[in-house]
Amino acid sequence: MADLTVRLAGLTLRNPFVLASGIWGESGESLAGAWHAGAGAVVTKSIGSLARSGFPNPTVETYGRWGMLNAMGLPNPGIEEYPREIEVARRAGAPVIGSVFGGDAEEFARLAARIGSTGVVAIELNLSCPHAEGFGTEVGSEPRDVEAIVRAVVREVRIPVIAKITPNTSDPEALAAAAERGGAAAVSAINTVRGLAIDVRLRRPVLAHGLGGLSGPAIKPVGLACVWQAFGKVGIPLIGIGGIASAEDALEYVMAGARAVEVGTAVAVEGIGVFGRLARDLSGLLDELGIARLEDAVGIAHGAPAPPVGGASSDALLTRSP
Amino acid sequence: MRSVVRVSQRVQETPSTVTLRFPFDAKAAPGQFVMLWIPGDDELPMSLSYTEGDSKGVTVKAMGDTSRRIQSVRVGDPVGIRGPYGTRFDVAARNILIVGGGSGAAVLAPAADRARAGRASVTVALGATTRHELLFADRFRAMGARVEVATDDGSEGERGFVTGVASRLLGAGAFDAVWTCGPEVMMRKVIDAAAVRRVPVACAVERHMKCALGMCDACALGPFHVCTDGPVFDAGRLVDVPDFGRYHRDPSGRRVPF
Repeated sequence: MADLTVRLAGLTLRNPFVLASGIWGESGESLAGAWHAGAGAVVTKSIGSLARSGFPNPTVETYGRWGMLNAMGLPNPGIEEYPREIEVARRAGAPVIGSVFGGDAEEFARLAARIGSTGVVAIELNLSCPHAEGFGTEVGSEPRDVEAIVRAVVREVRIPVIAKITPNTSDPEALAAAAERGGAAAVSAINTVRGLAIDVRLRRPVLAHGLGGLSGPAIKPVGLACVWQAFGKVGIPLIGIGGIASAEDALEYVMAGARAVEVGTAVAVEGIGVFGRLARDLSGLLDELGIARLEDAVGIAHGAPAPPVGGASSDALLTRSP
Repeated sequence: MRSVVRVSQRVQETPSTVTLRFPFDAKAAPGQFVMLWIPGDDELPMSLSYTEGDSKGVTVKAMGDTSRRIQSVRVGDPVGIRGPYGTRFDVAARNILIVGGGSGAAVLAPAADRARAGRASVTVALGATTRHELLFADRFRAMGARVEVATDDGSEGERGFVTGVASRLLGAGAFDAVWTCGPEVMMRKVIDAAAVRRVPVACAVERHMKCALGMCDACALGPFHVCTDGPVFDAGRLVDVPDFGRYHRDPSGRRVPF
């Protein structure tokens, strides 16, 4: 059995499959459920200073197996209310990563300090929600803003800070580099890709908000490219996100340079059992490929010669470490 | 995938309740719901009150602003439909007690239809604030169900809550299933009453919903998601969920007492 353990920014995860922010993250019981289903860690819904209802429905449009478009609008009960949910998940044993969103560095820092006091193992900064005015991508598209926000947060907390970056810019890897300069312990990439759906019969956008974010298998190549390019640019660990629905998807991200991955839309397609299945399948896939430890595969697609097809490969092909 | 259809019929069922019928040929089962989109307004989870054939229907009680606006939809207006989603009533039982409070009858009526089509015996305990608000009493009677009524004001049937009628019926009959939908406090009482007689209960639960795909967590209820694990639950799974009958979540995810 291949070893799926992941060491990342001072954390040790039992496997690389992390519940992505915004999925099963409103209630502590659901976070606990994802942990019990086999996730390596869980990320909370993005929490802001005040309770937000989010946008009216429709908030999602589906594309079968290809993915979905959503504009939830950052619904959350607010930072004063949410720690109760974190406590429920922690009592179940889940390593909880607290996600926060703010309008500027000061607000991010305040939220991070508060959520950092709840026993979360790390903080993920939502610098990348593509559809909420004044937050997310709007504050996370410029490297200097990302650097300033990360720096302000890192000053306030003693746990690892993960910057979740947007693909909706011309140069996502510059955002990763900015996060590293600001002191981030890791970068997660990507958030959803900005998108739109129109109902031609009704002659209007489907989502109440109009623009939304595309997730699921349709965006896997986009996420992979971001991780690939960021791997060459930063020294801190990367967490791959975007369209991971199979062990092979996950291993693609790892070979592109990710040490862990986040899974979201696949939960809607397959149910929470996806976590247990992905871990089992990945273990089997690594065995099949002759890779003893997942960590040995991190970034090996960069400059590696072609391995022999379909069989165990020599150790020499698998030695590059990030 | 979403369909856009035109409303084919609008029926004022009671002063506060309206049924909208629309062509929708997806296979559906009693208990399941659709996401009904009123373009330019909102999209809401609505239990199907008509599940058979190509003409489906939902029955909406005027409560919040949005359900009032759904009621203002006219024949010919376009609406979006996605689904059907969720779990169903198991219609294998042979002697069924149905307990409906308020608009809860909307989801119970098609279940009773199917049970009657399978020649099961159906008894209905139906509750409302007043006699004019009794939903689908005639529909239940027309399908050959026995109907017993409770109204808060005593204007028809027993004065008081439908749970009293349900307890009495449970004591008198040998039911092999109870199906219930209504306020959760009511359903908790029905579950307790049925537990004494060891009759299994299925309850249809309502929560705020957004994605309806088991992803966004808006409808989290303990370890469950009402959209995918429900809306119809075996009561045995719900009784130990502390929030059931006590808390729901508002659109921000905040827990709010009933």
